[in-house]
Amino acid sequence: MNWEMVMGLEVHLQLATQSKIFSGSSTQFGGAPNEQADAVDLGMPGMLPVLNEEAVRFAVRFGLGIGARIGERSVFDRKNYFYPDLPKGYQVSQFFAPIVCEGLFEVPLEDGSFFPVRITRAHLEEDAGKSVHDIFSQETGIDLNRAGTPLLEIVTEPDFRTAEQAVSYLKALHSLVTYLGISDGNMAEGSMRCDINISLREKGSEGLGTRSEIKNVNSFRFVERAIHSEYARQADLLESGQTITQETRLYDAEQNTTRSMRSKEVANDYRYFPEPDLLPIVLDKEYIEAVRASLPELPEAKRARFANEFALSKYDAALLVPNHAMADYFESVVKSCGSPKLAANWILGDLSGALNRHEMTIQNSPISANRLGGLIARIEDGTLSSKLAKQVFDALWDQEGDADQIIAARSLKQVSDSGALETMVEDVISQNPDQVAQYLAADEVKRKKLSGFFVGQIMKASKGQANPKILNELLLRKLTDQS
Amino acid sequence: MVDTKLLTTPVSQLRQLLQERDISSVELTQAYLNQIDAVNGALNAVITICREQALEEARVADAQLAKGQAKPLTGIPILHKDIFCTHGVRTTCGSRMLDQFIPAYDATVVSKLKAEGVVVLGKCNMDEFAMGSSNETSYFGSVKNPWNLDCVPGGSSGGSAAALAAGMAPLVTGTDTGGSIRQPASLCGITGLKPTYGRVSRLGIIAFASSLDQAGPMARTAEDCALALTVMAGVDAGDSTSADMPVPDFHAALNTDIEGLRIGLPREYFNDDLDDAVRNRVMTGLGELEKAGATLVDIDLPHSHYAIATYYVIAPAEASANLARYDGVRFGHRCDKPKDLVDLYLRSRSEGFGEEVQRRILVGTYALSAGFYDAYFNKAQQVRRIIAQDFHRAFEDVDVIAGPSAPGVAFPFGAKQQDPVAMYMEDIYTLAVNLAGLPGLSTPAGLIDGMPVGLQLIGKPFDEQTILNMAHRLQLDTDWHMAHPNLEISAS
Repeated sequence: MNWEMVMGLEVHLQLATQSKIFSGSSTQFGGAPNEQADAVDLGMPGMLPVLNEEAVRFAVRFGLGIGARIGERSVFDRKNYFYPDLPKGYQVSQFFAPIVCEGLFEVPLEDGSFFPVRITRAHLEEDAGKSVHDIFSQETGIDLNRAGTPLLEIVTEPDFRTAEQAVSYLKALHSLVTYLGISDGNMAEGSMRCDINISLREKGSEGLGTRSEIKNVNSFRFVERAIHSEYARQADLLESGQTITQETRLYDAEQNTTRSMRSKEVANDYRYFPEPDLLPIVLDKEYIEAVRASLPELPEAKRARFANEFALSKYDAALLVPNHAMADYFESVVKSCGSPKLAANWILGDLSGALNRHEMTIQNSPISANRLGGLIARIEDGTLSSKLAKQVFDALWDQEGDADQIIAARSLKQVSDSGALETMVEDVISQNPDQVAQYLAADEVKRKKLSGFFVGQIMKASKGQANPKILNELLLRKLTDQS
Repeated sequence: MVDTKLLTTPVSQLRQLLQERDISSVELTQAYLNQIDAVNGALNAVITICREQALEEARVADAQLAKGQAKPLTGIPILHKDIFCTHGVRTTCGSRMLDQFIPAYDATVVSKLKAEGVVVLGKCNMDEFAMGSSNETSYFGSVKNPWNLDCVPGGSSGGSAAALAAGMAPLVTGTDTGGSIRQPASLCGITGLKPTYGRVSRLGIIAFASSLDQAGPMARTAEDCALALTVMAGVDAGDSTSADMPVPDFHAALNTDIEGLRIGLPREYFNDDLDDAVRNRVMTGLGELEKAGATLVDIDLPHSHYAIATYYVIAPAEASANLARYDGVRFGHRCDKPKDLVDLYLRSRSEGFGEEVQRRILVGTYALSAGFYDAYFNKAQQVRRIIAQDFHRAFEDVDVIAGPSAPGVAFPFGAKQQDPVAMYMEDIYTLAVNLAGLPGLSTPAGLIDGMPVGLQLIGKPFDEQTILNMAHRLQLDTDWHMAHPNLEISAS
C-alpha cells in the first residue's frame, strides 16, 4: 500500500523574558533547584499572577513576524490537572481566545522554493516545573525553577507530508524567533520543544487516519528520525490489518523508536475556564503598529537583500541568513573589507570549519568580524596569497594579533617585486635544464602541467611568499624565452 | 483598671482617646486580650491569639502617638479573619488543610493596616475556606453567637462578627464572596461593608471564588467602616483585578444629608417569601431614612431568582481550581505514608478538606466538565451578566437599593446543616450583589425576640460613600447599632 503521512506540529517556545510570565522570578536556565521560584511560582495560598508585559510583546512580535492576525482581545484560561510539578493544580494558558490567530508561514526549502505552513494559532502560557527522579532513591524531587517561564505554544494545521518539510519548518521557526529576539530557540535546553502529531492515510484519500502524538523531541535530527520511525511503525500496523491507537508517544533516541507514554483514548478533561485572576489582554492598533515598527529585518527580507546588495548566490545566502549572528557577522566583515564573495567563502569555509571543530558558535568566535575583514583586505590587495592567508587565519584564531600584525611579525608579505621574482625564476630555470627541455618539447596542454614543477620550486625557495599571479606571468615569459 | 465600656466603644472614639493620651494602646490592647481570654472559650471566635506581638505593636503605636506621628488608626486593636495571610502568624482558613500553615508574607490588606499602626490581636475563626453561612464548617469548631450561645453567628466571617459583637476587638476584617460579611453582621448586630469588587486588593487573601471575593471592614458603626475602608482600599500592582480608581477619604467625606436620595426596594426581595418580622424591622429602618429625607421607590430586579443557582455554579467552579493547589506536595496537610502519587492526592485532600468544601469542589468540577461546561458554567456566566444588568438598569432611577441582609435572625446549630440548599438560601439577598460586583453594607435594624437583624444597603459601583452616608445617618438617628449582647460569661 502507498501511504501518505499527515503531520501537524506543536512547538512550545520559551520566551526569553528576564522574569517569569506571572511573577518576578528570574528565568535564567540552570539555577540550583527552587532558587528561582517565589511564592507565586510555588502556588502559595493567596498569591496572584501579574502578567509580564514583555511576554505579551514577544508574542505579538511573533504573530507579526509570521503575518498572523493578532487577537485584539485575548483571554487567559485555567487548564486543570493534577501533577506534582504543576504547583497550582492548573496551568494558566489561553484556550478560547489566543493572542496570535491564524497566519501563514512561508518556509524556505533547500532548493530555494517555499513551503507554506498554515499556523492555526499561538498562545501564551506558563511552563510547569520539573519532576526529578534521579536524585533521591525512593522519592521524587520537584524543581520549580522552570515553573512560570513564559511559553508560546505555536500550533500548525496538518500541512506536513514529509519529515524534511517538518524539519525545514522547525529550522525556519528557529531562525525567525532568534531574529525576533524572543527566544534562544535552544532545543537541547528545552527552549524550543516539539510535539509531532502524525497519522497515515492511503495516498490520494482525503480523510485523516488516527494520529499519535510524539512528545518533546529535542533536536532537528531526532525530529527527522522520530518521524521516520513512527511512519514505519504505523505503516507496519496498518499493513498487517491492525489499527492505530490514539496516544502520546515518546521518542527514544538510543533505540530510534517511539514508545507509548499514555493513552488518550479517554481524553483528558482539562475543564478550561477563564482565569478570573487576570484581566483580558486588550491590544489596540497603536500598540500593534508600534511593535510592528520595532521588528528587525527578518530572514526572508535579509536573504533578498543579500542577493541584491552583495550579489550573493542563493546558496551562500541560504547558508548565511538563518543564523542571525552569522548574518550580522557577515555584514560586519563585508563592511570592513568590501568583498562579499570572499567574506562568504571565509565564513562558510575556514571559519565555520574551525568553529565546528572547536564546538563553538559564531557569537564567541575568537576571530572578530573586523579581524577577518582585515585578513580579506590583505588578500584583495595582493599582500597575501590564499596559501599565506590560511597561515594568517590560523594565527588570527590563536589570537596573535590582527592580520597586519601577524604579517609583519612573520614576514609573510607576498613577494610581488618582479625584480626579486625574476632572479628566482632565472635561478630555477638554470638549475633544472632537463625539466626546461621537457617543457619546451611539450604541447600546450602538457606545458601547463609541467609549469607546476617550476612554481613549486620557486614557492619553496620563497617560503610561499611569491605572488602566484606575477610569478606565473614571469615564468611563462622566461620559459618561452628559452626556446 | 480599664472600664469594660471601652470594649463597646467605636473606633472613632477610641482613636480620640488614644490621640489625647487618655488611654494607651497597650492598655487598650490588654483590655481586649483580657476579653478574648474571658469569652473566647465560650464563643470560639478566635483561632490564634497574638498576645506578645500585639503588646509589642501597641508599644510601638504608643511611641508614635507620643511623638504625634499617629495616623487615623494607630494603636487601634484589630482581629483579622483567618483567611488573610499574616507574615509569621499561622493562617488556617478554618481548615485542617492549613492548620500548620505559616505564611512568609502579609496580605495587602494586612500590610496596609500594619503601616497604619493597628495592633493585630489575632485571627478569627471562619467557615472552612469561607464556604458556609453558619460557621459550622470550620475545622476549629463552630463559633457561638454572643446573642445566644445556642445559635450560629452566620458565616463565613462568623468569627469576626461574633468577636466584634462580644467586645473582643473594636474592628475586624472579613471577606464576602456571597454574603460572608453582611449576613454574619446581620446575625451578630454589627455593621459590615462589602466594597465594590476590585476596591480592595485580594493579594494574600486565600482565594475561594476569585471573581467574587472581596475584603471589607466589620465594626460597630458605619463611621468606623469608613475609617477602615479608607485604609484598606486602593489599587494594588499585585492584584490585576484591583481597580485603579481614586480612593476618597470615606470618613472625612461622610455626609449625613440624605435629603432627596432615592432608595429602591426590589419587589423580588419584599415579596411573600420575606419573613414578616424581618420585613417589619427592615421597613422600620427604611422609615427612619424616609424621615431623614430619602424617598422609597419600588423597583424590579427581575432575574433575582436566578442568583442562587448562578452563584452555586460559578463560585464552586472557581473554587474547584483555586483549591487544587492543596495537594499535599508543597505545603498544607499531607497524609501519612502515601503509597503513591494518587494515594497522596486522595488521602491528603480527603483528610484535609471538610464535607462542605469537598461538596463544592465536586459541584464545581462537574460544572466545568466536558459536555457540561456550556449548560452550567457558560450559562451561569451569561445569567450573571443579566443579573448585573438588572442592577445597572435599576440604578438609573435610584441611588441606593435596600433590602434585608438575611432571611431571618440567627438560627440554632444544626438547623440547616443537613440541608445544603436551605443553608444556601441564607445568602439569597446578598449573592446577587457579589455577582454584580457592587458594594453592599449591613447595618443593624433592631432586634427580633432579642436577636439582631440587619438592613442591607446596596450601592452603585465604587459608590461606597453613599451607602456609608446613609448607614451613618441611620445610626445617628437610631441606637440599634449600640445594642450589645448580654454575655453571661462576661469579662472579669
